Amino acid sequence: MSRKAIVSEVSAADPTSPQSIVRFEGVSMRYGRDPEVLTDISFELPQGAFYFLTGPSGSGKSTLLKLIYLAERASRGRIEIFGQDLALLRRKDRPFMRRRIGVVFQEFRLLDHLSCFDNAALAPRIAGRKPAAYRADVADLLAWVGLGDRMHAMPPALSGGEKQRLAIARAVINRPDLLLADEPTGNVDEAMGLRILRLLLELNRVGATVLIATHDKDLVVRSGKPVLHLEAGRLSPYPGQAPDLDE
Amino acid sequence: MNGAFDPKRWWPAPLLPLGDARDLTLLFVVAALSFLAGLAAIAALASERAAVGWRSELAGSATIIVRAQGAETPDAAALRAVVAVSGLRGVGEVRALEKAKADQLLAPWIGADALPSDLPVPRLVTVELDPKTPATGADLDRALSAAGVDATVDDHSRWSAEIMRAGVIERNVALGLFALLLAILGAVISFATRQGLAARREIVDALHLSGATDGFIARLFQARFARSAAQAGLAGALLAAAMAAALKLTGAGQGLTALLPIAWRDLAAPAPFPVLGALIAAVVARTTATAALKEVP
Ligand SMILES: Nc1ncnc2c1ncn2[C@@H]1O[C@H](COP(=O)(O)OP(=O)(O)O)[C@@H](O)[C@H]1O
Ligand SMILES: [Mg+2]
Repeated sequence: MSRKAIVSEVSAADPTSPQSIVRFEGVSMRYGRDPEVLTDISFELPQGAFYFLTGPSGSGKSTLLKLIYLAERASRGRIEIFGQDLALLRRKDRPFMRRRIGVVFQEFRLLDHLSCFDNAALAPRIAGRKPAAYRADVADLLAWVGLGDRMHAMPPALSGGEKQRLAIARAVINRPDLLLADEPTGNVDEAMGLRILRLLLELNRVGATVLIATHDKDLVVRSGKPVLHLEAGRLSPYPGQAPDLDE
Repeated sequence: MNGAFDPKRWWPAPLLPLGDARDLTLLFVVAALSFLAGLAAIAALASERAAVGWRSELAGSATIIVRAQGAETPDAAALRAVVAVSGLRGVGEVRALEKAKADQLLAPWIGADALPSDLPVPRLVTVELDPKTPATGADLDRALSAAGVDATVDDHSRWSAEIMRAGVIERNVALGLFALLLAILGAVISFATRQGLAARREIVDALHLSGATDGFIARLFQARFARSAAQAGLAGALLAAAMAAALKLTGAGQGLTALLPIAWRDLAAPAPFPVLGALIAAVVARTTATAALKEVP
């Protein structure tokens, strides 16, 4: 099968079909010969869902996200993203799946030698679009996340909250079908945390499926969104949900 | 503070950070390789020209060594030789060297004082040959023996062949040297590409995670190293040309230029090396990066 065929098959999974965007079936994961970090994980994120992934530090939240954005491989079990079995995804097809996934990394992973603008413009540039076709979008998005007057700044000159918002801008510039955020409020104060939460809810409202790893219980309670809870590498249903914040 | 930044005029910045000390080392090595290749090319052209010059001079003339027989004086014998070969097909001017001139030629070997004046020194007769249809040594031989002159003909063909052989050897040495320099360039670029990939691993990972294909990343390294090789190669080539020009100017009269008659147009000989270097750097960086990226998870 050609690459085009796979990509179009992947694309066919959305945007309106009720098919799940992420599907884990009995997934386990270990780093090298270490003991399992994740054990027998099964869950499903339907199209348009907004979920939190909670659990204490070291419970495996980041690892679970890495499995979804193809930075690590499961040791056992089956993972489907956009209906595509990752075990069958060939290396040369990975970039095209990654372009549909926006990731806000826990450690940001901004490119320090590039300006905010260049960082935020990375995804459309990599996708091969012409600068004239997306630079207005980048400027709008940076203004939207409150970095309108920092577009030319280099990341080392940014505050923690600014880096966080730049990382979010970079993750969403190409309007990903799936948005993963790893502790997106970990480096900011409460007010900024709420602002970021609203931003993520807004992205979800316009169509993105969202999964946010956090150990910030307050954030979860305020949002009233459902939770996947990890405890020592195992998934457990979280007791209770808070009332909706945004209504 | 930000008044200068206009998103409408924004253009993507290089994804690989520009220049550090590592790059300087690479630039130096590539410039040195290009310099050596350029000098070798100029030297090859110049010595080729010297060889052609010598050969045409040698081929355009022959020397007859005449020995006097019996009571005949050397001068008379030389005169008979001149008469014998003059007017042959393919023979131009024929001249007997005077005794003084012949002694002069022998002096370096025997010493001017050591030559007894009555020694029957052989006389030399120089024969200019028609460059288009030169008479052969055998033609001259036949004419001389028909006239009964005791003489040996040296048509310089042995030297001519020797020079030709030297020229072939020299050309092969030059080609081998170019091949070696290009191989070194390839190895250096391959090494630098692997180094660069390792040193830029964070960037490579960030690009991968943003959906960059291996080809996209490999092209970044390809462009970077091709450009570096072109720039450093150009510097080395210019330096080689400048050095050759200096050689030509300072050694203008005699000495070096006799061995290496550098012509002004020879200074263009290093020109292909920056282009060739850039091409090789591009191909090597691309293939090295593509292979190395396959190992990145
Ligand atoms: N690259 C790695 N190599 C080895 N062990 C790792 C690696 N990354 C994480 N771990 C281990 O896996 C476990 C889960 O880590 P992580 O997924 O980062 O948890 P969380 O994000 O919930 O804090 C921890 O014990 C951590 O030490
Ligand atoms: Mg984590």
